[in-house]
Amino acid sequence: MFLTQRRLCSLGSRTKFLRTIYSSKILGFSTSAVGITYHRLTNYCTYSAMSPKKEMSLKFKNAKRIEGLDSNVWIEFTKLAADPSVVNLGQGLPDISPPSYVKEVLSKVALMDSLNQYTRGFGHPSLVKALSCLYEKLYQNQINPDKEILVTVGAYGSLFNAIQGLIDEGDEVIIMVPFYDCYEPMVRMAGATPVFIPLRSKPVDGKKWSSSDWTLDPKELESKFNSKTKAIILNTPHNPFGKVYTKEELQVIADLCIKYDTLCISDEVYEWLVYTGNKHLKIATFPGMWERTVTIGSAGKTFSVTGWKLGWTIGPNHLIKHLQTVQQNTVYTCATPLQEALAQAFWIDIKRMDDPECYFNSLPKELEVKRDRMVHLLESVGLKPIVPDGGYFIIANVSSLDADLSDMKNDEPYDYKFVKWMTKNKKLSAIPVSAFCNSETKPQFEKFVRFCFIKKDSTLDAAEEIIKAWNKPKS
Amino acid sequence: MLRKAGAPLARCLHHTVTMAKRLPARRLDGVEYNPWVEFTKLVREYDVVNLGQGFPNFPPPDFAVEAFQQATSGDFMLNQYTMAFGYPPLTKILASFFGKLLGQELDPLKNVLVTVGAYGALFTAFQALVDEGDEVIIIEPFFDCYESMTLMAGGHPVFVSLKPSPTGDGDLDSSNNWQLDPTELASKFTSRTKALVLNTPNNPLGKVFSKAELELVASLCQQHDVLCFADEVYQLLVYDGVQHISIASLPGMWDRTLTISSAGKIFGATGWKVGWVLGPNHILRHLQTVHQNSVFHCPTQAQAAVAKSFEWEQLHMGQPGSYFAEFPKAMQRNRDHMIHSLQTVGLKPVVPHGGYFLIADISDFKSKMPDLPGAAEEPYDRRFVKWMIINKGLMAIPVSIFYSVPHQKDFDHYIRFCFVKTWLEPHGQSLRPGVPAAFSALPGPSWGSGIISPRLISACLWEFSSGLESFLPIIKF
Repeated sequence: MFLTQRRLCSLGSRTKFLRTIYSSKILGFSTSAVGITYHRLTNYCTYSAMSPKKEMSLKFKNAKRIEGLDSNVWIEFTKLAADPSVVNLGQGLPDISPPSYVKEVLSKVALMDSLNQYTRGFGHPSLVKALSCLYEKLYQNQINPDKEILVTVGAYGSLFNAIQGLIDEGDEVIIMVPFYDCYEPMVRMAGATPVFIPLRSKPVDGKKWSSSDWTLDPKELESKFNSKTKAIILNTPHNPFGKVYTKEELQVIADLCIKYDTLCISDEVYEWLVYTGNKHLKIATFPGMWERTVTIGSAGKTFSVTGWKLGWTIGPNHLIKHLQTVQQNTVYTCATPLQEALAQAFWIDIKRMDDPECYFNSLPKELEVKRDRMVHLLESVGLKPIVPDGGYFIIANVSSLDADLSDMKNDEPYDYKFVKWMTKNKKLSAIPVSAFCNSETKPQFEKFVRFCFIKKDSTLDAAEEIIKAWNKPKS
Repeated sequence: MLRKAGAPLARCLHHTVTMAKRLPARRLDGVEYNPWVEFTKLVREYDVVNLGQGFPNFPPPDFAVEAFQQATSGDFMLNQYTMAFGYPPLTKILASFFGKLLGQELDPLKNVLVTVGAYGALFTAFQALVDEGDEVIIIEPFFDCYESMTLMAGGHPVFVSLKPSPTGDGDLDSSNNWQLDPTELASKFTSRTKALVLNTPNNPLGKVFSKAELELVASLCQQHDVLCFADEVYQLLVYDGVQHISIASLPGMWDRTLTISSAGKIFGATGWKVGWVLGPNHILRHLQTVHQNSVFHCPTQAQAAVAKSFEWEQLHMGQPGSYFAEFPKAMQRNRDHMIHSLQTVGLKPVVPHGGYFLIADISDFKSKMPDLPGAAEEPYDRRFVKWMIINKGLMAIPVSIFYSVPHQKDFDHYIRFCFVKTWLEPHGQSLRPGVPAAFSALPGPSWGSGIISPRLISACLWEFSSGLESFLPIIKF
């Protein structure tokens, strides 16, 4: 991480040198002792370097915490796909309408004057009440709406609050590869070290390749834990694979968390999007896990309203209170009318959870059809997609598709070049799976591309046309 | 443990060992307490006339409400993500609108970042630019988050106070009477100073920094190569013909200034949580990096509503009915009503020239009722405000929360009132004994929002200024 720093002045490099020398591994200090030592040494470095005139440009340099974090796959690829003639199967953004009752509650709420002003910082009262009611059923436990729930700016905001609140400089955080791309920069921004473990595929021998074929090796996973491991980030259903972790797989993770006294940050934004034969399980409901887990959910993914940017974290107060502290020092509160609308939408569906009309039931049914259509389509052109058990993405190895990438930048992974070429020449966009990998594992996944299928039929029709015509010569 | 269906819901008695490792990150040390969390909780527990927190108790202007309605019932794709750094029609109009005010050609993609309120803009700026050990100059009284955000970024806050000159007997104190000592200000700059936070119009004082004062700050920033975080959320609300000047428009300042503002304060829609930062790209790009690693996107529809609201105002600027002309005039009248009411009951308001608030001197109460209940070291004004909430059903904000801990005892005799409240006549039933005039609350969450009249405020305040002796038995514990 430090090697990526550019434009080091003598002060900066001396600081870096001392930080490397006095790492806890070498001296066997506990994390906090090293933290104190480092701080004092930084001050020493700083004050002794004060007399020489500083470079003018130094003051405008970014803070160290964001060094090397400026590039972002979404910024790059959403710009590419913004061309309206491109069929966009890239970003996880539904182009289907949210359910009509969700749009209606928001319209109604927009007429209520009192909702135009600040609400409670940790979550609008009617919303945390609704979340508490819903999740009590799922956790089979009481959930205190004020102390065990925090409403955030999307699940993204929940991840940020959790990492800023609970992860310290010098901590290690285990991340499974591929991973939703923000986990790595958020962990680095907190001064911690991400420790990666790849999902590996079992041999499939002619049968359909499923996301469930991708697993973690328990021994390899255990080898990643040590006394500095503060947390593991779990994402189930998984983005981009769509893997839904089984009871046995979650038990392995839970056992390790307990053995090594580690937190679990569980990103469950796709919790409702699970297909036939699979069940979403919450690791926080496993014995010994409630006390050490924060579980993240998303309005955007639950109700197909990604632009509302509301998410939540549920967990024990001794963890949630630290996320609340981050909240009161970052955004303070989330938008009021959207929170009220979300609460009302939840109440409608909480009342009919066993009903097929309930969006928690109807959306996965609708998406399973689209998933199967995508599988069929990709297979029809000779690709072998990984059939997802959940979520709304599907990935496939695209190296057998004809693509002349000779004009693309040489230093980029294959899938980056492929997607850029495909967007430009085939007017179809997707997301390169190596964007979800750390630099070491990018080569393992660089032939894979991720397609989003929470799209209306006409979008999928257009994608089908493009894919089917792939190898036909241009007339 | 998964319980069997039908088992009663109860707290699982899994007293598993709590973690031996330290749980919260060290960056949270010293920032766990937030006065707003404490005071808003009190508002929910007690029915009060809420003149404390800075939000209007009346709706945003019709055109803004309509804009929000359109955004939430129009194109259904507005329910999805927009561009990360800001909804394009919003960044476009912010660039054009504020570019004129700042005298700069602003690029919507490079010079504008939309954030979750101005609060989110401040956080993003601190995280992007303040490093461990950096010093940040904060002018007191200050909006309290500047200190905690500095600390969370590992910085050292360095305080310099605005100080009032003595006023003549019978004269009202005024916010422009509170000034920085130039020598003292200059002495606060060191080679570790990374940024200075400037809030104009100032919260809580309502001071609008003059050109000369801004030039002083600007010259020191340039001399010491320091960044300026300019919090200008109240920029629309200036009174008595005073002009708001953005420091970024002064020579040499655009390249080192971030200018932060808020749709919430401009359009009286604090619940929309839309703010923005304007600045040169070589600095703003670092805020973009923080933004894409913290919230990434802001809600689309609220941004669409703000864009439409600016478009409406742009069409009406310079004409009768221009909101940006009429709203400050209306709030100036509110301010004057409040000043008058406070004076008639023996409180000494400091006349603000901008913003949502004024502060009032409660020294007389402090000398007559010095021993209000509270924690040992709790500053007087906080104890007074809590007493006022519980016993008088009136809420204000103690000004000591806007001061650094060492200075709180020197400024514990002021409380802050928000006058961005409606002045309709009251009607309805009395809330409870002790609240003399009645009012009816607006529908919605019981946030203590109410319709407040001059008569009501006077009555509330009159009760505890006259016949104080009759209150003493109540407050003796």
